[in-house]
Amino acid sequence: MIELTINNINVEANEGDTILDVAKAIGIKIPTLCHMKDHFPTGACRMCVVEVEGMRGLTPSCAYPVQNGMIVKTNTQRVITARKTIVELLVENHPQDCLICVRNKNCELQDLSNIYGLREHRFCGEKKNHAIDISSASMERDPAKCILCGRCVRTCAEVQKIGAIDFTNRGFISNVTTPYNKGFNVSDCILCGQCILVCPTAALREKSNTKEIEYAIRNEKKHVVVQVAPAVRASLGEEYNLPLGTNVTGKIVSGLRRLGFDKVFDTNFAADLTIMEESAELINRVQNNGSLPMFTSCCPGWVKYIEQNKPEMLNHLSSCKSPHEMEGAVLKTYYAAKMNIAPEDIFVVSIMPCTVKKFEAQRPELNEKYMADVDAVLTTRELVRMFKMHGIEFEDLVDDEFDNPLGESSGAAAIFGTSGGVMQAALRTAYFTLTGHNLDELNFEELRGNAGIKESTVNINGLEVKIAVVNGIGNIGSILEDIENGKSPYHFIEVMACPNGCINGGGQPIHQKTDKVIERVKALYKIDENAKNRLSHENESIKKIYSDFFIEPNSHLAHEILHTKYVNRKEILRANVQPLK
Amino acid sequence: MKSFIDLVYCEECGKSHSTFISDCRSGLSCNHNPQINEEIRKLNEILTYKEHSKPIIFIGMGTCGLASGANKVKKAIENELIKLNIEAQIVPTGCIGYCAKEVIVDIKLPNKDRISYCEITPHDVPMLLQKTLIDKQIYIQKLLATFGATDDYVTNIDEIPFFAKQHKVVLKNCGIINPNSIDEYIASGGFVALENILNNMNSQDVVNIILQSGLRGRGGGGFPTGKKWDFALAQKSDTKYIICNADEGDPGAFMDRSVLESDPFKLIEGMIIAAYAIGASHGYIYCRAEYPLAIERLENAIKKCEEYGLIGESILGSDFNLEIKIKKGAGAFVCGEETALIASIEGKRGMPKPRPPFPAVSGLWGKPTIINNVETLANISTIVNKGADWYSSIGTKNSKGTKVFAMSGKIKYSGLAEVPMGTTLGEIVFKIGGGVPDNKKFKAVQIGGPSGGCLPEQVMNTPVDYESLKEIGAMMGSGGFVVMDEDTCIVDVAKFFLQFIKNESCGKCVPCREGTTRMLEIIERISTKYGDGDPLNELLRFKGIIHLERLASVIQDTSLCGLGQSAPNPVLSGLRYFREEYEEHLFERKCSAKVCKEILTYTIDPKICNGCGACLRKCPTDSIIGIKKEPHTIIQSQCTKCGACIETCRFEAISVN
Amino acid sequence: MHNKLFEKYEHGSRSHLIGLLQDVQDIYGYIPEIAMIDIGEFLGLPTSSVFGVATFYNQFRLTPLGKNVINVCRGTACHVKDSANILLALENELGIKVGMTTRDKEFTIEQVACIGACSIAPVISINGEYFGRLKTKDIPKLIAEFKKKKEELVNSEGTE
Repeated sequence: MIELTINNINVEANEGDTILDVAKAIGIKIPTLCHMKDHFPTGACRMCVVEVEGMRGLTPSCAYPVQNGMIVKTNTQRVITARKTIVELLVENHPQDCLICVRNKNCELQDLSNIYGLREHRFCGEKKNHAIDISSASMERDPAKCILCGRCVRTCAEVQKIGAIDFTNRGFISNVTTPYNKGFNVSDCILCGQCILVCPTAALREKSNTKEIEYAIRNEKKHVVVQVAPAVRASLGEEYNLPLGTNVTGKIVSGLRRLGFDKVFDTNFAADLTIMEESAELINRVQNNGSLPMFTSCCPGWVKYIEQNKPEMLNHLSSCKSPHEMEGAVLKTYYAAKMNIAPEDIFVVSIMPCTVKKFEAQRPELNEKYMADVDAVLTTRELVRMFKMHGIEFEDLVDDEFDNPLGESSGAAAIFGTSGGVMQAALRTAYFTLTGHNLDELNFEELRGNAGIKESTVNINGLEVKIAVVNGIGNIGSILEDIENGKSPYHFIEVMACPNGCINGGGQPIHQKTDKVIERVKALYKIDENAKNRLSHENESIKKIYSDFFIEPNSHLAHEILHTKYVNRKEILRANVQPLK
Repeated sequence: MKSFIDLVYCEECGKSHSTFISDCRSGLSCNHNPQINEEIRKLNEILTYKEHSKPIIFIGMGTCGLASGANKVKKAIENELIKLNIEAQIVPTGCIGYCAKEVIVDIKLPNKDRISYCEITPHDVPMLLQKTLIDKQIYIQKLLATFGATDDYVTNIDEIPFFAKQHKVVLKNCGIINPNSIDEYIASGGFVALENILNNMNSQDVVNIILQSGLRGRGGGGFPTGKKWDFALAQKSDTKYIICNADEGDPGAFMDRSVLESDPFKLIEGMIIAAYAIGASHGYIYCRAEYPLAIERLENAIKKCEEYGLIGESILGSDFNLEIKIKKGAGAFVCGEETALIASIEGKRGMPKPRPPFPAVSGLWGKPTIINNVETLANISTIVNKGADWYSSIGTKNSKGTKVFAMSGKIKYSGLAEVPMGTTLGEIVFKIGGGVPDNKKFKAVQIGGPSGGCLPEQVMNTPVDYESLKEIGAMMGSGGFVVMDEDTCIVDVAKFFLQFIKNESCGKCVPCREGTTRMLEIIERISTKYGDGDPLNELLRFKGIIHLERLASVIQDTSLCGLGQSAPNPVLSGLRYFREEYEEHLFERKCSAKVCKEILTYTIDPKICNGCGACLRKCPTDSIIGIKKEPHTIIQSQCTKCGACIETCRFEAISVN
Repeated sequence: MHNKLFEKYEHGSRSHLIGLLQDVQDIYGYIPEIAMIDIGEFLGLPTSSVFGVATFYNQFRLTPLGKNVINVCRGTACHVKDSANILLALENELGIKVGMTTRDKEFTIEQVACIGACSIAPVISINGEYFGRLKTKDIPKLIAEFKKKKEELVNSEGTE
């Protein structure tokens, strides 16, 4: 036990604790910018400096371990002046356009400027000048707003293990960017948006698609329908300061209706559809010596990753479209026919927790016959902005229900939004298809939680089916290596690029409240537990769509409408390289 | 000519046995072949230039010598020798430190003293060789000194003014021996210390010697070297690293370069001893790529040491192993900082890390690492040989030993000065350096590079000592010593260093990355036309100075590494000692050193100007008007202060202030 | 061409990155993009890490050098002896700014923090040859000499 004093308060701490953590534990808030929980401190921003008696200069509290007898002061005039000056220096090299910025009122620099009472520009001068990147369909990068805290770099390199961006040059002209400043669309980036979630300012942000949707809704000729992802319902409430993990499905439906959508459908329906197709595909591969292990393909970030890095393994990917794309395809074929509306007049919007889905929606393979399966994707954050712009008082909305025929879903569909959920849903149906009866235990605890790779073995009719769940693209390395060496023991592998799955996607509400992930996951599993039907294959609407339309999973029609092809992106990226001079 | 390894390598004892070095100096102790010992003793005489039948010509071929044309001189000498049909041994040496007098050529005739000649050009060669080799006399016109005793004709080299106040410890062999020859190094006493510690001491003993000697880090930090080694020795780890910091990024510093080029074996011996002291098995020399000659000499030295079994496995027959590799720096001043240097060796961007953990505990690849400067390590072997008490008898109470300074700038005799701590700044500038040339007035001396300060005349009596220098607002630094005269503008010097720091800042921490740019902008505003006539911008100019001190103190307080922490020093020391100069720029918009171009005013004296029109024609912006044969005028608002008119005027009618 | 280099290095060890970049630059005179990607693959590093390191250090160039490389020393001693004006004179004479190469790829101007030849300040080096104690009016003549050398070379090749 170590004893020290912080602001004249005696406190005990463990060896190895930093001053920052100990101060937090006794309710003393020290501001930080570059600090990331669970990551080694870099000591870059200097916001967290404190005065430690006997030490020359001010000490960064995020990086200094406590020592016996230490006397720490966190709010002397010297410290406050220092912190204020640091913020001033950052603000001075920043556009002063908060009023028209997407992170207005949710920006860490703005907060600090407010807390430290900045009232004048003391140090006027040169501002950094780097090109903005709006090349990709999903994300934008604006170096003018970057404060070089390095959180995005470390997330991309240490968490996602992709390293699409890094610091370049040095000193005043340092810039966080891709090699040669190329656009995101031709870099190693998979557009997962994890960097957006950790960015303190608007330097990284999603591309906004609200305008297209507004136009579509106001266009009399268009039949505008919307679908909602499972993860969105467990997290949208956070933007209205509702408790973490509140299930706001009913209010979302209600709000969407008020926005003027003609129909409000549930992506969970298509999640059940995906399970039907994918488990049939898996069984087919297992029984007919197909490419094993088979990977799920519902995560577009993972699909982009494998296309860019291991195109030779594309045959392992399931050919199923992702749920919202399946839903869009069904809407433009089955639904259009049923409702007697021309498919060109249907405008499909997906509300997703994800940024990559914006890129996915405009893939040529998913825009067959010049008709997009999904016309526009909105992230959770953008939907909230639309609600606010339209004067919708979210908390006062009365719960409403999804429309049919694409509104019914099972509990298995709801857990698509979390890592391990797709796998559990698939196992429930695959087991039934092969054995004729359902699993005794529908929950697979070993596939839940936030371990990097989760595995299990399920005995289905004597066959030991080995499965793995990859939680976050950063953990894919050993799995791919084993496949390359022919040593992979698995039959089926679920991959989600975002750590903990879609509930932690790049389009989700941005804040640093701890437990946000745990609570969102709990909410989804609760929906599953309380669902009347927890099995994709017992969804009546799903049964109907097969009997009416697709006949059976993997049928010729199902393949045409619900399955897709992939692209060797590694070639494309290589073609973009400058030749030797 | 045979080498030591040919003679001393004995099949029975094995290469590099525990008495290898003493055997090299006095003959094989195992006495397997008594004839060999005679040959060994003779070799020693030859290697120390005591015995030779042909004349020896030493040519100073360090970078400063080469820059002054040493290669051309060498070629000229070779050609002349052929012409004169004389055989002589040409020995390239390093830099003796008297750079102002390069190219330095020493001539030693058999049984005569070694005589040193200076400022030799190819043109001088025929006369030089004629006088010395044929006439066997001293060539007075180019004489520098003798290595023998002083007499009526020549002064001993240690007694001439430049060297009289110096005390050579680190630079002892520089310019004297051939830096490529391991044999010469051994013959002049090299590796005796290494053999001694491997045979008679353990690691803690060595650490204690250095602790007792009071040696402090010469890279600028001044941290007691022995203490640092003690920390690292105390760490339990399977691997430890010793790194020599040869990055020498300070502009104006070239001490380390001289040691590396002129006496690389001394550094390596120091490094091996250091490795033994802390228990390291791997060593790196991190040398900046801008020193290709130094790298070449080091590579050669390491190779030779490996051949002689002084680096590698079972050094000198002990169970101590050490591997040394060279890592080339890639051009980043910040990599002189310990944690940034470590990051660079690890193949990363050279960005410093917060401490703790300290490198001695967790450094290169997480292992205990000691980083020492070249000069620090070059002291080690001498301290071991002569003892800690001897070393601590030199210098002051808290700063022991000697310090090498690289004198440059407005000084008569630029070069290297190794002085005992406690020598005053004034002694270095005026006694050794010869003062300011061209009858100009001394203004200041900048010591410590960009992290240091400009010190004026009134503090010239300060002794060179870590604490005393801190008290007057400067820093020992690595040893850069730039002299400035009345034609140097202190504000301009501050601008120069801030520009340097801005370019070299790694960009990681906010105060250094943003703050140094802002400080530079503030200084630029007072030394350029900025805001003149425009009240809003004028306000900005004043505001800058008001906030300058606050900004400077926050940068000092919060920067992550020494580069940022000392970035405001040039400005702060300028304000402390030369406040009038700053105020003159700010309020009177004048630069009395006539350096800050934009605030200078060029005027044509109507009493002298005869209207010849030469300046009018030369002016690139047509800012001079006047009728032929009538005095001309300069339109101030158009004048770009290029100075072309002053250069053209033959009548000195144009003045600038 | 650069793939042969990889043979002398240990696979996957990041510590070889700077050495590899230096070797690649020795071959091509700059670091081509394709080499950067290959180095990244060899060491198991994302391209952005290689790029980030290459742009951090002064030594590495991402564009090829001219035939004659002029290094202007901007150390303290040289600065005090007016090297800033030497640099300006060079920029004016060649029509380019420091760090750039002339259109005809003949000359590149670079600045160095300190060459280490302070006693003959101000110093510049052209292709490794030192020129010290310079004055701004020496510059046009110096450049003209190098241009003449090139012409002589071209002429002599022409007559062969």
